[in-house]
Amino acid sequence: MAELPKVNPEGSAKTYSGFGIPLILPAWIIIGFFLVIPVAMMLVYSFLTKEFRGGVIWEFSISSYDQFFLYRGLFGDSPPVIEWTYISIFWRSIWQAGLATFCCLIIGFPTAWFIATRTGRNKTIWLFLITIPYWVNLLIRTISMKFLIRDNGPLNEFFLSIGLISEPFHIINTNFAVQLGLFYSYLPFMVLPIYAAVERYNFALSEAAADLYASRTVTLLKVILPTVKPGIVAGCILVFVPSLGAFLAPDLLGGAKNFMIGSLIEEQFKGAAGNWPFGAAASMILLSLVLIVLTFYARNQTKGQI
Amino acid sequence: MATKNVDLRHFTGFKSLTLLCLFLLYAPLIIVMVYSFNDSNSITRWNTVSLRWYYDLFYGVDAPKFKTAAINSISIAVMAAMSATVIATMAATAMLRAGKFRGKSVSFALINLPLMVPEIVTAVATLIFFSAIGFTTGYLTILIAHIVFCIPFAYLPIAARMQGIEDVYEQAAQDLYATRFQAFRLILLPLMAPGIISGFLLAFIISLDDFIITNFVKGAGVETLPTVIFGAVKQGIKPNIMAISTLLLAVSVGFVALSYFVGRMGEKSNPTTTKQGD
Amino acid sequence: MASFRGITVSNFWDRMSKDKEIAVDIQNVTKTFGAFTALNGVSLDIRDNEFFTLLGPSGCGKTTLLRLIAGFEEVTNGAIHLYGQNIADLLPNERPINTVFQQYALFPHMNVTDNVMFGLLRLGHDTSKAKARVGEVLELVRLSDFADRMPSQLSGGQQQRVALARALAPSPKVLLLDEPLSALDLKLRQAVRLELQQIQVQTGITFIFVTHDQEEALTMSDRIAVLEGGRVQQVGSAREIYEAPENKFVADFIGETNLIDVTVSNVEKGKGSCVLPGGAQIICSAAEGALVGSGHLSLRPERIKITASGKGMLEGKTVRHIYLGTDLHIEVSLTSGSHVTVRMQNSTQIKIPNVGQSVGLDFEASSARLLVD
Repeated sequence: MAELPKVNPEGSAKTYSGFGIPLILPAWIIIGFFLVIPVAMMLVYSFLTKEFRGGVIWEFSISSYDQFFLYRGLFGDSPPVIEWTYISIFWRSIWQAGLATFCCLIIGFPTAWFIATRTGRNKTIWLFLITIPYWVNLLIRTISMKFLIRDNGPLNEFFLSIGLISEPFHIINTNFAVQLGLFYSYLPFMVLPIYAAVERYNFALSEAAADLYASRTVTLLKVILPTVKPGIVAGCILVFVPSLGAFLAPDLLGGAKNFMIGSLIEEQFKGAAGNWPFGAAASMILLSLVLIVLTFYARNQTKGQI
Repeated sequence: MATKNVDLRHFTGFKSLTLLCLFLLYAPLIIVMVYSFNDSNSITRWNTVSLRWYYDLFYGVDAPKFKTAAINSISIAVMAAMSATVIATMAATAMLRAGKFRGKSVSFALINLPLMVPEIVTAVATLIFFSAIGFTTGYLTILIAHIVFCIPFAYLPIAARMQGIEDVYEQAAQDLYATRFQAFRLILLPLMAPGIISGFLLAFIISLDDFIITNFVKGAGVETLPTVIFGAVKQGIKPNIMAISTLLLAVSVGFVALSYFVGRMGEKSNPTTTKQGD
Repeated sequence: MASFRGITVSNFWDRMSKDKEIAVDIQNVTKTFGAFTALNGVSLDIRDNEFFTLLGPSGCGKTTLLRLIAGFEEVTNGAIHLYGQNIADLLPNERPINTVFQQYALFPHMNVTDNVMFGLLRLGHDTSKAKARVGEVLELVRLSDFADRMPSQLSGGQQQRVALARALAPSPKVLLLDEPLSALDLKLRQAVRLELQQIQVQTGITFIFVTHDQEEALTMSDRIAVLEGGRVQQVGSAREIYEAPENKFVADFIGETNLIDVTVSNVEKGKGSCVLPGGAQIICSAAEGALVGSGHLSLRPERIKITASGKGMLEGKTVRHIYLGTDLHIEVSLTSGSHVTVRMQNSTQIKIPNVGQSVGLDFEASSARLLVD
């Protein structure tokens, strides 16, 4: 008997072949024109000179990048020294995002596991419960967090009223508040991919491990986690990347003292004090960071490790 | 004698952590909702239940501002969602039903590109673009920017649904003298309807909720609901903010639930899942 | 109205040749999918008003050939002519051919009437005329009461009849049926086979029927083409294929047969002189292309009689009885080593040899056939 072809002659799904390009064209035009080209323009702008009232002068200069990394004194003529201000903002954003990812993981993994191991209708209900908050506007969620933790907000009121503390906890406008905000914003993004991975997990593996005398902890560490790793990694990326470029959490919850990349960039485009090329440069650097993370992820996927 | 829990799915403490997780997620929202019904002027002293702040939203000092913003938000969301749905449907047809064509693999990356670029980068790039070509920022720029990021969101449910429909129906239609356009219009489109509606609802809510990109490209004259709320919050949280937040919250949840149920109904009428015996 | 590049289904008939005898002419068709060859140099003539079956195991290419005729695949090499006209350039909706799909493919969002009416509307008939035609066709398949049902409310057998009605409604000249009975249970299948034959005779439409079930092929067809490995193994009526198989594959695939090693001393004018194991000589019909030397004889189990040991053309020992209700199969091990199956009717009159008993096997020369190896 002849070998079956790899292409299934029955359903080769080419009903509209020949029309592929016209059909995909609108998407190409819209996304090409209004996203790809703008990003390219942003790259160009990062190499231009700043205009006083915002906007740019079309003159090539690397002053933005220079300004980002180096300090040349008050008058710009001292020998260059590394400028830590902006680098430290980026660095702080990275570890804030990383910490938020970690916290999301610690709480998110057990939650995802628990939900995925429920049965039947229960599982759907739990899943629904965990995804509803995701669908609330991020702004609203951040505002509600802000409302909750402010000095004379309900949380402090509650603690005061039960006598736990004598003075309100000053949470708002601290690093901790921003952390809380990031954690709160992106937690569902950690839970859902892990949930999907656990759903596909074959519990026969756990049984095999138990049959071979592994304790539950050992099974968790040596069998479950490696198998579910793709979901965990996806979840981490889905939390880390948006956290890195977050604006609302640092702005509403962190105040002036807790700048992250998002706030830094936003500031450059706000009226007269702004520096567009610099903002563009900072955005390019952020984009590059994100692309590096995503490339690592994609590479690992194709290598079959994840 | 206590029996040991031999369920391999069980890990101690996981349930408590899940409950904690849910509590953390819902607490701030519930508190906002509760306080929106607070009669007191101060937002922290609890008084009696009242709809005062909801009335304030519609008839108070800030009402016109909110109303214009709401109209903008909704109209932009409707138009952006419709455009995105049409573009996404065409794109899905190309990716799933048109065989091979040049640039097909790149197209998939392109459709998902708005999801991969951080929102703030998209916002900056879009602003720079409009400024560079001299296009005044305002309603139209918001609309265009929204269409861009709505496309991948509309695409997901549409493509998922289309993949579940075998192309044998369109072949049968062609066998019965339908042109390819007729096969698309009379057979594929009706069968895909739940996915298209789902995609539309998803795109709608994503557009309605957007803040960062809208804030950047809106210019000085135009406000949407999220931007006007943000502006108000910057001046200090007033109770009517709680009210509008609660409303927006209810709308979001309502829409998503709707989208989910439409998807479920579609699932039941999915031609490949209903198999009959003899 | 389905019209593309000026060719409509209606003006197709203006262009066709006068010679209506050959409905579908498949000329040396080859079809490849990348490195895989599904059809290799297939040539067939399918006549007007014929019930023609493509028979073969899975993967033999029969469905691919059907799809080529319908227009869902393009020919890699060769040509297909419909009533004298080359249809290679025509899209499926330009060919006056309709298909009954294996999984019926009824449009799930339309009821029975709308399904059956679909082709007629696309051809431009007005709704009232179309509805009348639908009524006719539903009566033909005996589903008139189900006109308003949705496909999901129908049983498999009923869906199959709707699919048939839908394909018949536009009055095609050729109807393609892709294993339409495979999902039905045995009793229903047998009933539907009869119906299909009657409908074919009644409507005069050329049926091209694809199946892997040889019983179906034998009972329903005017002519059968046996396919395997992308090639035509043999074309003929049911009797021709059964009685005079050309090669081992056809002999073995259709019904059951015994293959007996023989030495061929001469082949002349369609007859072969062979020496059987054990020394007996016979002259029997030979397939075209049979050669001198070692060869195989095809001998049907029901054509062998068991006689006393030493009195038959072959000699052997009874190995086993297989009880099949109406029949008994007796497995005999020849002295030359190979096994032969003999089919006996389960009648009280015939004496059944015991296991281990030596027996002789007798048959008429006209029952044997020398095959192409």
